[in-house]
Amino acid sequence: MAALVRLEARLSRLREEYFRKNRSVDEDRKIVYKAAVKIQSWFRGCRVRAYLRYLSKMVILIQKWWRGYQSRRYFRKMIKTAYFIMKMNFYNEMAVRIQKTWRGYYVRKYTHNYYALKKYLEAISLNNEIVRNELQEYAEMNEKEKKKKDLEKKEKEKKYKARKMHYLLSTEQIAGIYNSPFRKSPDPMELLLRQSKPLSHRQQRVKSPFTYDLYDWPTCKRPPAFPTGEPLPPIGRQKPQGPFRDTAEVLRQRYKPLEPTLRVAASISSPLEKAREEMKREEWIKCIHEHDVLFTEKILIIHSRFLPFSSYHKNKKYELSIHASEKKGKETYGIKHFREVQPNKWIAGKDFQTVLPSIVLFEKFGKTYSRAGQIV
Amino acid sequence: MSQRQVLQVFEQYQRARTHFVQAVAELSSRPQNVGTLRDAGVISLLRPLLLDVVPTIQQTAALALGRLAYFNDDLAEAVVTGDILPPLVCSLSEQNRFYKKAAAFVLRAVGKHSPQLAQAIVECGALEALVICLEDFDPGVKEGAAWALGYIARHNSELSQAVVDAGAVPLLVLCIQEPEIALKRIAASTLSDISKHSPELAQTVVDAGAIAFLAQMILNPDAKLKCQVLSALSQIAKHSVDLAELVVEAEIFPVVLTCLKDSDEYVKKNGATLIREIAKHSPELSQFIVNAGGVAAVIDCIGSCKGTVRLPGIMMLGYVAAHSENLSMAVIVSKGIPPLCACLLEEHEDHIKAAAVWALGQIGRHTPEHARAVAETNVLATLLSMYMDIHSSEDLQLKTKRALKNILQKCTYLPALEPLLHDAPPNILKHIVGQFSKVLPHDTKARCLFVTTGGLKKIQEIKAEPGSLLQEYINTINSCFPEEVVRYYSPGYSDMLLERVENYQPVL
Repeated sequence: MAALVRLEARLSRLREEYFRKNRSVDEDRKIVYKAAVKIQSWFRGCRVRAYLRYLSKMVILIQKWWRGYQSRRYFRKMIKTAYFIMKMNFYNEMAVRIQKTWRGYYVRKYTHNYYALKKYLEAISLNNEIVRNELQEYAEMNEKEKKKKDLEKKEKEKKYKARKMHYLLSTEQIAGIYNSPFRKSPDPMELLLRQSKPLSHRQQRVKSPFTYDLYDWPTCKRPPAFPTGEPLPPIGRQKPQGPFRDTAEVLRQRYKPLEPTLRVAASISSPLEKAREEMKREEWIKCIHEHDVLFTEKILIIHSRFLPFSSYHKNKKYELSIHASEKKGKETYGIKHFREVQPNKWIAGKDFQTVLPSIVLFEKFGKTYSRAGQIV
Repeated sequence: MSQRQVLQVFEQYQRARTHFVQAVAELSSRPQNVGTLRDAGVISLLRPLLLDVVPTIQQTAALALGRLAYFNDDLAEAVVTGDILPPLVCSLSEQNRFYKKAAAFVLRAVGKHSPQLAQAIVECGALEALVICLEDFDPGVKEGAAWALGYIARHNSELSQAVVDAGAVPLLVLCIQEPEIALKRIAASTLSDISKHSPELAQTVVDAGAIAFLAQMILNPDAKLKCQVLSALSQIAKHSVDLAELVVEAEIFPVVLTCLKDSDEYVKKNGATLIREIAKHSPELSQFIVNAGGVAAVIDCIGSCKGTVRLPGIMMLGYVAAHSENLSMAVIVSKGIPPLCACLLEEHEDHIKAAAVWALGQIGRHTPEHARAVAETNVLATLLSMYMDIHSSEDLQLKTKRALKNILQKCTYLPALEPLLHDAPPNILKHIVGQFSKVLPHDTKARCLFVTTGGLKKIQEIKAEPGSLLQEYINTINSCFPEEVVRYYSPGYSDMLLERVENYQPVL
C-alpha cells in the first residue's frame, strides 16, 4: 500500500515527467539521430574502406605477379638476344680474323707486292737523283760554252778594234794615248796595239749581178751554184811519163765482165739426158717398174696406199689409240681440286718467309711419295 | 736621132717605174705608212707592175705587195679581190728564184690573216705551185714556200687537208733534212701546223717518216729550231695513244729532258708540253716517263720558271698522278708537291693557279697516305682561302672546291684539318667534320689534342639541321667525349653556370 500511495503521489508528476521525458527525448532525437547517422556512416565508411583496401591489395597482388611475369619474360628475351649478339660478335671476330688473314695473303700473293712497290719507289728516287745530276751537269756545260763563246767574241772584237786603231801606237817621240808618261806601265790596249798587224785596205766585195740588197735572206748569201752531173776531170793534170796506156782503157779492160761461150754457158748433160733422169726419179718414187706395165692399172690403186704422203687417207679421220687419248700422270681427284695453285698468276717469285713452325701434317701435303708438283 | 729619142722615152719610163716601185717597197716596210698607201690606191698601181718586162721591177713590186699585205688585213683582202693572185701563181712556176721568194712572201702575207683569205689562195691554185717551189734547189725559195704553206695550214683542218692533198708533206720532210737551219725551222713549224688539227693529218705526217728526223733534231743547239721541233712532236703526239707511242718509240727519252734545262724559256715550255701530251694518254706511257726520270726533270723545270711557261709542266704532273696511285706516289717521292705549293703562292694568273690546284687534287685523292703527304705541306689552308676569295674566277673556285673535297675525303692527318675547322664554309665543313668523326673514335691522343686545340669548342658552335649528315657527324664526335666535357664546351655554358649561381639558395 505504501507503494501505491507513493505511486499516486508521483502520478501527478507522472504526466509532467512523461511529458518532460518525451520532450527531452524529442529534443535529443535530432541529436541522437544525427549521432546515429554519423556512427553508421562512419562505420559504413570503415567497411567500405576496408573493402577497398582489400580490393586494392588484391589488385596490387595481381598486378605484381603479372608485371613480374612480363618482366621476367622480357628479361629472358633480352638475355636471349644479348647472348645471341655475343655469339654473333664472337663469330664475326673469328670471321674477321680468317678474312683478314686470307685477304692479306691473297693480296700479297696475287695483287700487290708491297716490297716491290717500295723498292720501285726507291729506285725512282735514285734514278731521279741521277737524272737531276746529269741535267745539272748539262746545264753547267751549256753555261760554260756560252761564256766561252762570249769571251771569244769579245776577244775577237778587241783584236779587231786594235787592228783598226793601230795608228794610235806610241812612238819614240810621241807617247800614244794608251801609254801616258804618268803611268807606271802601259795600258793593256797599248800592248794589244803593239801586237796587232795593221788592217789592209778594205777589199771591195764583188757584187755579182744576181745578188741584190733587198734579198738578204739568211739562207741565201752566195750566188747560185748549179749542180753539175758528174765531177769533171781535173784540169791540167800531167800525163805520167812513159809508155803507159790510157788509164780509162786499162780500167775498162781490167773490169771487163765475163763473156762465156755458148759451150761454157750450157750445162754438161744435154736436155734429153736431163729429162730422162727426171722420169727415172719419178718412177722410183712411185715404185712402178717397166716390166709390170700389164698390171699397172690394177696395182696402181694398191700401190698408192704405200706412197708416202699420199692423199688416200685424206678424208679418213685419225683415231686416237687408248694410250694417247687418256691424260697422262696421276689422277687429280682429291689432290688438285681442293687446293689449287696457279704459279703463273703469282706476282712475287719467292714464297713467303715463315715465322712460326709449320704444322707437320700439312707439311706432308704433296710430298709423301714423290716431290713432283709442289711449291718451290 | 729619132730612134734615140724614142728609146730615151722608154728609158725614162723604165727609170720612173723602177724608182716608184723601189720607193713603195721602202715605204711599205714601215707600218705607219700603210694607211696612206692604201688610200692612194697602191694595189691597183702595183698590179700591172707585177707583169712588167723588167725582172727587177717585177720582183720589187711583188716584195712591196707582200709587205703591204703583211701588216694590214684590209690590204690583204684587196690583194685577193684585186685579182692579183692568179698571175702571181702562174709566174710562180716560171720565174727565177728571187721572184719565187717574193711571190711566196706575198702568199704568206695574204694567207696569215684569216681562213677566208687562205681559202681564196687555195682556190686560185696556189698550193700546187707552192709545192713545186718546195722542190726547188734554192733553200730560200723552199723556205718561202714552206712558210706560206704553214700559214695557210694553220687556220683549220680543211685548209690543212688541202695542203696535204697537194702533196706537201713528203717534200717538207725532205726539207727538214736540209742543212740550213732556217729552212729546218720553217719546215718543222709547217709540219706542226699541219698535224695539230686532227689525228688523220698527224698520221699523214707520221707516215711520211717525219718523226725520226724530228727526233734527231732535238739535239740541235739552235733554240728556235728546238722550239719548233718540240712543238711539232707534241702536236703529233697529242691526238691518240698510238701516235704518242710512235713518238716515244723514236727514242726521244731521255734526250728531251735536256731540253727542259735549256736557257730559252720557250724550249722549256714546249718540252714540257711534249711530255704532257705523251703522259696524258695512258698509264703505261706515264709509267715509262716516270721510269726515265721525266718527273724529276719536269719538277725542276717548274721550280726554275715563272708564269705561263710553268703551265704545261704542272698539267703533266696532274695527268701522271691522275692515272694511278702508284704513279701519284712516284710524283710525291720525287718531291713534286713543294713546287706546286710555291706556284700557288707566287703566281698571279688564275688559270695557272687553277691548274696547280687541279694537280694537287689529283695527287692527293687516292689514299690517306697521299692525302697526308699533300696536307703536311699546309697547302689546304691556302686552298681554302682561295676558295673563299671573292676575286678568284669561277673556274678557280670550282677546281679548288673539287680538289679540297677529294683530298679531304681521304685525309686522316688531323693537325692539318684543325685550322680548317674555323674558316670553312658549310659544304667543305661537312667533309672535315666527317673525317674527324671517322678518326676520333679510335685514337685517344687525337681526342686529347682535339680538345686542347679548341676543336671541340668549334664543333659545338656549328649549327646544323637535325637529321643532316653534318649533325650525324657532330653527334658521333660528341659521343666520343664524356658528357660533362661536351657540356662544358657548348656555347652559353658560362651563362648557364652564372644562372645557377644566381638561383642557388645557400644551405646554412
